[in-house]
Amino acid sequence: MQSHDVGIKDAVKMYGDFKAVAGITLDIKRGEFFTLLGPSGCGKTTLLRMIAGFNTIDRGTISFGENVINHVPAHKRGIGMVFQNYAIFPHLSVADNVAYGLKARKVPGSETGPRVKNALEMVQIAELAGRMPNELSGGQQQRVALARAFVIEPSVLLMDEPLSNLDAKLRVQMRTTIKKLQRKLGITTIYVTHDQEEALSISDRIAVMKDGLIMQVGEPTQIYKKPENPFVAGFIGVSNFLDCDIAGQDPNNAALTVAGYKIKDVRLSRPFTGKGKIAARPEYLSLDAEGIKGTIELSTFLGDFIEYEIMLESGQAIQLNEYTKDALSVKPDGMEVRVALDASAIIVYGEGGEVLT
Amino acid sequence: MIRLPVIKRPRFDFWFFVKAAVILSMLFFLVYPFSTLITRSFFSKNTDGLTLNNYASFFSKKYYLDALKNTLSISFISSFACLLVGAPMAYLMTRFNIWGKKVIYVCIILALMSPPFLGAYSWILLFGRAGFITSLLAAIGIKAPTIYGMGGIILVFTLHLFPYVYLYVAGALSSIDSSLEEAGENLGSSKLRRLFTVTLPVVMPSILAGAVMVFMTSLADFGTPMLLGEGKTRVLSVLVYDAYMSEIGGNANMASALSVIAVITSLSVLLLQKFYVARKNYAMTSLRPPKVIVLHGWKRFLVTLPVVLVAFMGLLPQLTVVVSSFIQTDFTGFIGGFTLDNYQKILSRLATNITNTYYFSAVAIVFIVVFGMLISYILVRKRGKIASAMDLLVMFPYVIPGSVLGVCLIVAFNRQPIVLTGTAAIMIISYVVRKLPYTVRSGSAFLYQMDASVEEASISLGVSPMKTFFTVIARLMLPGILSGAILSWITCINELSSSIMLYGGKTSTISVAIYQEVMRMSDGTAAALASILTLTTVASMMIFLRFSKGRASLI
Repeated sequence: MQSHDVGIKDAVKMYGDFKAVAGITLDIKRGEFFTLLGPSGCGKTTLLRMIAGFNTIDRGTISFGENVINHVPAHKRGIGMVFQNYAIFPHLSVADNVAYGLKARKVPGSETGPRVKNALEMVQIAELAGRMPNELSGGQQQRVALARAFVIEPSVLLMDEPLSNLDAKLRVQMRTTIKKLQRKLGITTIYVTHDQEEALSISDRIAVMKDGLIMQVGEPTQIYKKPENPFVAGFIGVSNFLDCDIAGQDPNNAALTVAGYKIKDVRLSRPFTGKGKIAARPEYLSLDAEGIKGTIELSTFLGDFIEYEIMLESGQAIQLNEYTKDALSVKPDGMEVRVALDASAIIVYGEGGEVLT
Repeated sequence: MIRLPVIKRPRFDFWFFVKAAVILSMLFFLVYPFSTLITRSFFSKNTDGLTLNNYASFFSKKYYLDALKNTLSISFISSFACLLVGAPMAYLMTRFNIWGKKVIYVCIILALMSPPFLGAYSWILLFGRAGFITSLLAAIGIKAPTIYGMGGIILVFTLHLFPYVYLYVAGALSSIDSSLEEAGENLGSSKLRRLFTVTLPVVMPSILAGAVMVFMTSLADFGTPMLLGEGKTRVLSVLVYDAYMSEIGGNANMASALSVIAVITSLSVLLLQKFYVARKNYAMTSLRPPKVIVLHGWKRFLVTLPVVLVAFMGLLPQLTVVVSSFIQTDFTGFIGGFTLDNYQKILSRLATNITNTYYFSAVAIVFIVVFGMLISYILVRKRGKIASAMDLLVMFPYVIPGSVLGVCLIVAFNRQPIVLTGTAAIMIISYVVRKLPYTVRSGSAFLYQMDASVEEASISLGVSPMKTFFTVIARLMLPGILSGAILSWITCINELSSSIMLYGGKTSTISVAIYQEVMRMSDGTAAALASILTLTTVASMMIFLRFSKGRASLI
């Protein structure tokens, strides 16, 4: 399978005066599973459609391998695409749907049959080959769409929120199917989603987007553990943001003051003194003898962990998760507690949102 | 950061050429003829240069003003009458368990789809001077009410066009969510009060849309006022014909001015309705369609009776002509006794008209289907300035009465270098131009529902946009477009108002021949010709109903 790396350089898409994609540069490696993640309207689908050739590229370049493809029409780009609403040809049987791209490529009939069969087997619907699309469930249709896209051995596989129309259980199941398939075939894949859990679980790397720009690119763990700006910290998972005073002349031994509570031994990337902000995940907060004073507003037992909504004295509400196995009991609403922060797991931002840890 | 230049490149792809071809044909066959018409209306034989003479004489002479008054009264009263007949019919049909609902529905559709002038003709056969019923009543000393004049024209229009109101209102009534009416009931309204305060206001835009269709169709109709008006009750469409045909050489300038006035009238009514509906459109998603009330015994009979009577009256013209086509005639009219003479006569004398009708309509349908698909695709998927212009242009013939289109095409194409008058081409052009809006409308409605990603999937799999259009989009559109095409086919074979202006010695059609035979008092052959049209219409309609399965809209 001839898979390419994809290079995007300063790509811009304008709708009138509105920059849907406002200058994006990305290098997607060969065989990589790359996800564009962001809230609706962030430009992720626009960018994907620029790569596919359904949107023009107003500025900048997109290349597959060495070749700039700005002016290559969509049908000559050799991509495979999977759409949100499956886009199965309703007048063709499952097998004919999958064979469609092969016929367009004038693949001989003797080769088409086995390739279609093989593709359907890979998505586990070989027995549905003769069915018409209206006899299939949503999940089955998406499997057909998947087989149809990769059977042509595309240089790049594009997926536009392929799981968003499926129910929660199927979504997880299909996620696994897609991931295994991609690993096996090694096709460079660009995947668009607004679902952070999906992105984290399926991707080799993720680009988090906002307002037509990239906020951060990185591996899922990097993005989760070291969000480079408050937007990423808030968008990926849950983060509590708290104002703080930073005393960090010595970046290896900085001290933070959060609501009167002092956190020592914080490592910063550079010396910084002044006002700032910290982001802390609910699971990195703990109830302790020392810490920021607060009152439990609502405690919710969720099985493997307990979620506490705590009102701090400052009037700010935060979320704190405690694993059930570490907890003695579920603490009652209205209880006065102290919230401690794990100095090694918090992210510190300067006043302008620049990351300091 | 290096700023790369904005890349714009003209795209000479398949759709560029389609757009160019469509716009050029529209300019040539619609804009050019219509502008010629407008220009001609400002010229007069008696003066040099531009003049307002034609309009001046229109607004000063009683002859013309009476015609305008007649046109407006007839169209207005007919619309109102259709509303009074069609809306209650729709209410009864959608809300009660009427006997033989399906058959009645087919009858109502057939009433609408019958040749427009057939109604006039068969009412003359029944109630005309030598009509069956007139003679029958005369034999026992009763003078039958006259069918000629304004009253007759309105009666015929009402029975022919009430289905428009019926179809719009029935559609609206069955999409009202039943909770809306239940809410009215819950709030303490009586059933009757609820009908007038909740149900009626909600379906009002549909009632008006139906009434406007009646208004525009009756305003544009030529055959009915021509046959029943007898030169005394004149209307605009007839005047256009007279001004062009009669006198010595005809007065194309006056005909043009009259045409412009007819189009302006029709356009203002349409815009008025659009303005009203745009302001008051109750978009509704019916989660629970209203329940059908089940009646028994005499109650069920009572709601069925009026519906059956109206449907029967609507179908009466067709029955009359078919029966009378088998009755012997001489120069005095029908004389009784079964015969096939009438059919033998038309087959020997008017075979060309029959083949012309089917040939022209079939060719027109091919163009309508192809252009209809391409244009609706551009309107829905290639939105932009060109598409907006196209949208406006393609819908324009909607307000052009047939006889006006006839004049347009004549004044545009009767001089060198392009002489098309008297050819089959000009007949076909007029059919295509007039019927295209309907196909484009149903085509666009279909495309709006179809997600664009289906065609993008095809393109991404390596099939060019042009091939994708023909193998995927056209293939998926075809069932809907074909059902629409059957309806266009029906209206084409029955077309009279522009054919009568455009036909030449070798290009006459069945409808033109019927008109001439009626004028020549040759009732037998006229009835036989009309029966051929009726049977073709019924057969096509049956195919449509089987084929479309509710996918294509009749209105």
